[in-house]
Amino acid sequence: MSITNSLTWMIGGPQGSGINSVAENFAKACIRGGLHVFANIEYHSNIKGEHSYYRLRVDSRELQSHVDWVDLLVALDKETLFGDLNKVHPTHAGHRHEVSPGGGIIYDASLKLSPEAFGRDDITLFPIPYMDLLIDALKEFGKERELSKYQVMVNTIALGASLGLVNYDFGLASEAIKEGFTGRKAALGELNISAAQHGYDYAAKTFGHNVFPIRLQRQALGGRRMMIRGVQAVAIGKVKAGCGFQTYYPITPATDESEYLESHQVTYNMIVVQAEDEISAINMATGAAHAGLRSSTSTSGPGFSLMAEGLGWSGITEAPGPVIILWQRSGPATGMPTRTEQGDLRFALHAAHGEFPRMIIAPGDVVECFYDTFDAFNYAERYQVPVIVLADKFLASTYKDIQFLNTDGMKVDRGDFLQEADIVKNPDYKRYQLTDLGISPRTRPGQKGGIFWTTGDEHDEYGHITEAADLRVRMMTKRMKKIELAGQVIPDSKKATLHGPRSAPITIVGWGSTKGAILDGMEELGANGIETNFLQIRYVSPFPKTLVQKLLYGSSRKIAIENNYSAQMAGLIREMTGIAVDNKIVKFDGRPFSQNEIYEGVSDIIKNGMNEVMLSHA
Amino acid sequence: MLELKNYRTQVHNDWCPGCGDFGIVNAIQMTLLEMQLEPHRIAVFSGIGCSGKTPHFINAYGFHTLHGRVLPIATGAKLANPSLTVIAVGGDGDGLGIGAGHFVNTGRRNLDFTYVLHDNGVYGLTKGQASPTLPKGLKTKSMPAPSIQEGVNPIAMAVASGYTFVARSYALDVRHLKTTLRAAIEHRGSAFVDVLQTCPTYNDINTKEWYAGDDLPSKAPRLYKLEETGYDGRVADPTIRDEVNTKKGNALLRSFEWGEKIPIGVFFKMEVATFEDQLATRMPALAEKPFVEHDIYNRDIVPLLDELA
Repeated sequence: MSITNSLTWMIGGPQGSGINSVAENFAKACIRGGLHVFANIEYHSNIKGEHSYYRLRVDSRELQSHVDWVDLLVALDKETLFGDLNKVHPTHAGHRHEVSPGGGIIYDASLKLSPEAFGRDDITLFPIPYMDLLIDALKEFGKERELSKYQVMVNTIALGASLGLVNYDFGLASEAIKEGFTGRKAALGELNISAAQHGYDYAAKTFGHNVFPIRLQRQALGGRRMMIRGVQAVAIGKVKAGCGFQTYYPITPATDESEYLESHQVTYNMIVVQAEDEISAINMATGAAHAGLRSSTSTSGPGFSLMAEGLGWSGITEAPGPVIILWQRSGPATGMPTRTEQGDLRFALHAAHGEFPRMIIAPGDVVECFYDTFDAFNYAERYQVPVIVLADKFLASTYKDIQFLNTDGMKVDRGDFLQEADIVKNPDYKRYQLTDLGISPRTRPGQKGGIFWTTGDEHDEYGHITEAADLRVRMMTKRMKKIELAGQVIPDSKKATLHGPRSAPITIVGWGSTKGAILDGMEELGANGIETNFLQIRYVSPFPKTLVQKLLYGSSRKIAIENNYSAQMAGLIREMTGIAVDNKIVKFDGRPFSQNEIYEGVSDIIKNGMNEVMLSHA
Repeated sequence: MLELKNYRTQVHNDWCPGCGDFGIVNAIQMTLLEMQLEPHRIAVFSGIGCSGKTPHFINAYGFHTLHGRVLPIATGAKLANPSLTVIAVGGDGDGLGIGAGHFVNTGRRNLDFTYVLHDNGVYGLTKGQASPTLPKGLKTKSMPAPSIQEGVNPIAMAVASGYTFVARSYALDVRHLKTTLRAAIEHRGSAFVDVLQTCPTYNDINTKEWYAGDDLPSKAPRLYKLEETGYDGRVADPTIRDEVNTKKGNALLRSFEWGEKIPIGVFFKMEVATFEDQLATRMPALAEKPFVEHDIYNRDIVPLLDELA
C-alpha cells in the first residue's frame, strides 16, 4: 500500500556535517511544490563532532508539530543508527528504533552493515555508496582529486537518494539548492545539484520508485507561502515595529536573531551592538529607549538572570522599553544550552527586586512571534514599561511554512510622546507628572523645553530623588496603575484563546510553544474519541484573570501541559483565579512535546486514570 | 548668552561640607557655560553613590542610573542620538569595581563622550569602605583594618582599554579641572578624566593637606602638571604604530608615579574614528541625522518576506 504526501524524514550526523542545509533545502522544495512542512533541529552544545539531527515532517495539510516516529531515516554516520553506546559515558541509543514499521533507512553502504545489525525486520534498508557517488559527481567537474575538500557533500547525495525513494520532483530540489549558492559560489551550487542527482538516480535505479511506500507529489499551491524560523519571525516583527537599536551578548539560542538584524541593518537603519555582557546589553537598550529610539535586546535564561537589575531600573524610571526577547532554554545555570524548556515563566514575572509593572507576552508559534513582537514595541512606548516576549529554543529553531505574513492594520503607536511644539506650551514640564491613568507624557533628550531627570531612586514628578512617604505612595500607585490600564485596553482576543469546541468535556491549558503539538494532538485525540478544547494563554502580564475564569468556568476537567517540571502556568492560574487544574502533563528533558506525546499524555489521564504524567521521548 | 544659572537646578544638595564633588559639579557647569552648550543638547549620566546625585544639580537631561551601569546607559543614549553632548560621571567604586567590565569595554568602542571619575579612594555613601583605587596597606578612618587588596591604576586601565583621551585633574583645582574637562568634551572620542578628590568625612589620608604636601619635608605640593615638564601625550599620526605605542607606553609609565609626586594633565590623546563614525560608514543614514529623528512608521518588510518565500 502506498501513502502520498505524509512523510516524516530525519537526517542525523555529527555536527558540522551540514544536516541543516539539506533539511532546509528539502523543506523548501516541498513548500514550493505546494506541500506543508514542519521542521526542527536538535543539537549539542558543541562545534564539531557531536550527534545532531534534523526532523522534517511533510504533509498535504498545514502542520504545527513534529512526531516521534520517522518514516525515512537518513544516517550520515553510524552513531545516528546505533547511538554512542560504545562510549564510556553513553548518551543515546541511536534512531533506528524510531523508524516506523514499513519505513526505511538510508545509510552509507561502505559501513557494510549486516541487515541483522539493525534488529528490525519490519523496515527496508537502503544502503547508498555515498563516497563512490560523490566521486562520480566530482569527476564531472574534474574535481575528484579534491575529495577531502568536498567530503561534506555526502549530505547532498543522501538528500538526492531520499528524493529518489519518495519520487519527488527533482527540479524543485535543485532550485532550492541553487539558491543557497549565489555569486562566486554558484559553481558550488552546480556541484551540489550534480551530487543530489547522483543520489537520486542511484536510489531510483537500485531500488526503484516503489519500494519505499511513501511518495511525495506536488499539489496546488494554497496562496503565497514562506518558510520561517522563530528567530526570523521575531526579528522581522522588530523591523516592522521600527526598532532602531538591538543589543546582545552571544548566547544560544538567541544570537541568530541579532545576527539576522545586523545583516539587514543597513536597509532599515538599525544599530546592533554586541555588548560586553547582558548587564550592559539591557542597560544600553534602556538608555536608547529613554533617548527616544525603539530598542530591544535578546537573550536566554543565563543572560536574563544578569538583566534582572537593569529590568528594575527600566521599570522605576518608566523607560519606554526596552523589549526583551527571552528565548528560554533548559536551566538552571548553563543547564542544557541547546535544549528547550518553558522554565522561566515565574522568573520573567518576578525578576528584579521590588515591585514594578512589566508586560509579558508568550507567543505560541512562529506567526504569533511576529505579531507579538510588533505589539511589544507599541506597549513599551504606550505604557512606558519593559516588555518581555517569552519564547524558547523550540520556537527559535522551529522552521515551518506559513502564509505570507499580512501586515494590514499594523500601526506603530508611540504613546504620549511630545513634540517640541507641544512642549513649549508647558514651561514647567514634569517627566513623571501624576496623571489619572498613570502615564506621563514623555520627551527625549535633545528636545528644547523637555529637560527631565530620571533616577532609579524613588523620585518626584521632575525625576528628582525623594524619600517622602506620600510621594512614594503616589508614584508607586501611578506606576502600578499602568499595568491595570493595559489590561483594560488590550482586547481579550490577544490575551488568551480557546481553541476547539467550547462544549468539550476536557480543557487542555497551555502557553507558548506547546501550542502546535497540542493542536495537532487534539485532532488525534478527537479521531480516537477524546474530545478536547485548548485554552492558550498568551498574556502572562497583565494576566487576563476574568477571561481565564470565564473560559475555564464549567470545564469538568482541566489538564495543564507544560514543558517544565512544575507546571508554572498552572500555578499562576491558581494564584490569579483560584482555579486549580485537575491534571498535569509535564516534560523537562530539554526536548519539545511531539504530537504523539500530547495524545499519549492525555490518553494516560483519561483512559488509564493517571493523575500526573511526565513524558520523555527523546 | 547663557549664564551659569542656566546650568543649575534648585535641587537641595546634601553632600558633606568640603566634599570634592562640589568642585567637580561646579567645574562641569562652568565648562558647559564656557562652551555655551545649550542645556537641552546635553545629557549627564551618573552611577550610584555621592557622585550619583550630580545630574540632579545640573540643568540638562539627567540620568541617575544603577551602580556601575552608567556607561552602558550613556552608550545607548548616545548611539540613539549622537548629536547630544554626553557626560558620564561616577565614583571609583562604581567605575572600577562593580562597573569595571563596562569601563574596559566602553574604552574599546571609542564612543564620542566624556567620563569623569570621582576618585577619592573610598565608598563614601556606604560609610567609608576601601574603594578599588585605595592603595594596599592603607586604612582610612572607618576601615576596621588596612586594605590587603592592591589599588588599580585608572589611567593605566583607561590607556590599555582604548580611551583616546586620558587625563587626570584635581577636584580642588577648579581652573585646571575646567580646562581638562573642556579638552575632554571637545575631544572626538572616548575621553576619560580621573579626578582626584578628597572625601573629608572618610578619607583621612588623601586629604587636601596631603595633596598640598604639608606632610612632606619640602612642603611642596604633590600634584604637578605634566605639560610643565615637557610631557606631550598627543599622538600626531595615529597611523604610525610606533608613535602610538610609544605614547601609550609613556602614559603608562607616568601613570604609575604616585606618592610624593603625582602627575595631572593629559596623559594620552589620539584622534581616530569614533564608534559613531564607524556606524555611519556602514549606515550612511546615520551621518545625515540621528536615528531618533528617523521615520519609523512605514517600514516596508516585504523584501524580508520575499527572501523567505
